[in-house]
Amino acid sequence: MKKSVFLGALTVAGLAAAGASAATLDDVKARGSLNCGVSSGLTGFSQPDANGVWQGFDVAVCRALAAAVLGDPTAVEFVPLTTQVRFTALASGEIDILARNTTWTFSRDTDLKLDFIGVNYYDGQGFMVPKELGVTSAKDLDGATVCIQTGTTTELNLADFFRTNNISYEPIPIETNAEAQQQYLAGACDVFTTDASGLASTRASFENPSDHVILPEIISKEPLGPAVRHGDNDWADIARWTLNALIAAEELGVTSANVAELGAAPTSNPEVNRLLGTEGELGAMIGLDADWAARAIAAGGNYGELFEKNIGVNTPIGLARGLNAQWTEGGLIYAPPFR
Amino acid sequence: MTISTDPPTQGFRLSQLIYDTRYRSYTIQVIAAILIVLGLSWLASNTVENLTALGKSFSLDFLGKRSGYDINQRLIEYDSNSTHGRAALVGILNTLLVAVLGCVTALILGVFFGVLRLSNNWIVSRLASVYVEGFRNVPLLLWIIAIFAVMTEATPSPRDFRGDDPAASMLLGDTVAVTNRGTYVPEPLFANGLGDVAVNPPGVFSDLYFEISLDLVVIVLTLIASFLVVKLVNGRAARIQNATGDRPNTFWTNLAIIVVPTGLLLWVLGFYLGYPELKGFNFQGGTHIRNSLLALWLSLSLYTGAFIAEIVRGGIQSVSKGQSEAAFALGLRANRTMSLIILPQAMRVIIPPLISQFLNLAKNSSLAIAIGYMDVRSTLGGITVNQTGRELEGILLVGIFYLLLSLIISTGMNWFNNRVKLKER
Repeated sequence: MKKSVFLGALTVAGLAAAGASAATLDDVKARGSLNCGVSSGLTGFSQPDANGVWQGFDVAVCRALAAAVLGDPTAVEFVPLTTQVRFTALASGEIDILARNTTWTFSRDTDLKLDFIGVNYYDGQGFMVPKELGVTSAKDLDGATVCIQTGTTTELNLADFFRTNNISYEPIPIETNAEAQQQYLAGACDVFTTDASGLASTRASFENPSDHVILPEIISKEPLGPAVRHGDNDWADIARWTLNALIAAEELGVTSANVAELGAAPTSNPEVNRLLGTEGELGAMIGLDADWAARAIAAGGNYGELFEKNIGVNTPIGLARGLNAQWTEGGLIYAPPFR
Repeated sequence: MTISTDPPTQGFRLSQLIYDTRYRSYTIQVIAAILIVLGLSWLASNTVENLTALGKSFSLDFLGKRSGYDINQRLIEYDSNSTHGRAALVGILNTLLVAVLGCVTALILGVFFGVLRLSNNWIVSRLASVYVEGFRNVPLLLWIIAIFAVMTEATPSPRDFRGDDPAASMLLGDTVAVTNRGTYVPEPLFANGLGDVAVNPPGVFSDLYFEISLDLVVIVLTLIASFLVVKLVNGRAARIQNATGDRPNTFWTNLAIIVVPTGLLLWVLGFYLGYPELKGFNFQGGTHIRNSLLALWLSLSLYTGAFIAEIVRGGIQSVSKGQSEAAFALGLRANRTMSLIILPQAMRVIIPPLISQFLNLAKNSSLAIAIGYMDVRSTLGGITVNQTGRELEGILLVGIFYLLLSLIISTGMNWFNNRVKLKER
């Protein structure tokens, strides 16, 4: 017995040893590429396209970060992770940043030793059912069989929702979104529940999306954001402000089309100048060069461009900005000042 | 003149530790022991150090906290308000369930196909070979996923049973429903049941509470008593046979002793079957055997059965041909020769490798995670670890559980082996 315990400890110690190195920025620079943990396939958020190139809203955050740090948005190694292994992968140092529609919660931020660097999508948990069932409210789901990804906040919300409404359900635990899709379409579960954005994305990949409805109830708050390891504040700052740069760029009207022009010489707007490095020394304060933010924005566009390109109303996923509009337009997306 | 000299007596020299065979083994053992202790302490200190670096401590407190998640297959009472420890227990019972079911079925399949493989009938022996080679040469994980996929995709969903002209219908006189969520079979119920007795262990074991059905206890006790009486009857028959040479026919008496008291008891308890019925989204009532359990059970049995078949074949072939020839010469038929002469002798060759196969099956059940069967790897080692962030503790506990399970299985099988092995007197 002793031997087995210590072999287990050896494995964990090996993993932990890799994670203990403090300066992620130096590691990334030395490696020449960014290791980014993403979902193993969620249309619009992270999925390889026909050429095997990862595309999506979460993927774009990593590309922007790679552009800011390494100057090359393609210098990213994407690591597809299931919900069960994502935190271990981050803690062990296998990835530098986790951009995998992960909900920011108190215990994850503190007990699990993650540092969420912001929110890139404000979401909530919803339910999807086949139209032919004729269900109009989540409270009609008494006795239903529900497909649920294990190790998620949605799993806990689901248990709470059914218990507080005093109705029963049968959970079918699954590992990946693809598996959920297959089980749901085969009718092995009546309901698929996850974040509403995930439902929209999953439905968009169905053969007949209109045969399925997303129920009106949103049963939880799911602020989704990228996370880094707790303890390396320099790296967390870089990641946080890269995301903020994308958000601020939309607010300031800096797009992938005009960023080169605006960044060439100081403009009349000092905040744009500070963001793009033509004024002040913001880049040096986080250990990067002056035009780090310009490169991040040029990688795929500002926050609004990324949203419209990957998951916006004109894509098959068709998500409206809603809560994810800029604060100036009534949404919650807000970057602190670049100053 | 003789000169006698004593052999030179020299004190112990350090070089003897290396060059003297009397001491060299001690040297080697001491060095090895030091290295092992150093290695282990390095591992321990490294673990502690890195846990501190990550800001984590080693603690099993999480087992007492509220789990917050639901589990579909529960052999004991559990809901999302129960603790993580309770969730682990539910998982452990699910693992044990599939392991026991799997071992029994694998043994039956293995013996059956192992014997068939030696058949003189060409087609029968070839079919058995196809089974053995097909199952043991394809990874188990593929079989689990394939069987689960077939069960999910090829069976009707509960909604197909609805309507005036349903696309699917129940089997065996509307008592069994095969759906893509599992098979619903009638469940035994008691109109005048005796209820349950709750067992609540004190202190740290308070999570281990469970309920025992008194009906089940009474029925089992009655059956045991019946079998004891049958044993008495058989003993008396043997004595009469020894004394007179005639054995009285005990078959009908024994049958009555077993059936009548249990039957009476069932009648008194008001035994009836609860049939599954389509209500709302799913079938309600009856016993729900989930597809994840069925698929795992079936694939584990078929896979391990293929290995056991080879072990059984090897065991049978190790018994000298003269034994069966002698049995035939005495006029025994082929199946009696097999069960009375060959198999008992083959057992001593079969059982030791059989232990390994049972151990394999028990450990392979952790592949349940692929199809969402909630075994201990999925509850304690999966969801709990993920929701609490206690990877080291969780995986250690799962590892210790499998280790204990394996040790118990092999102890039990070794005891059985000692009982059935040829006693040389």
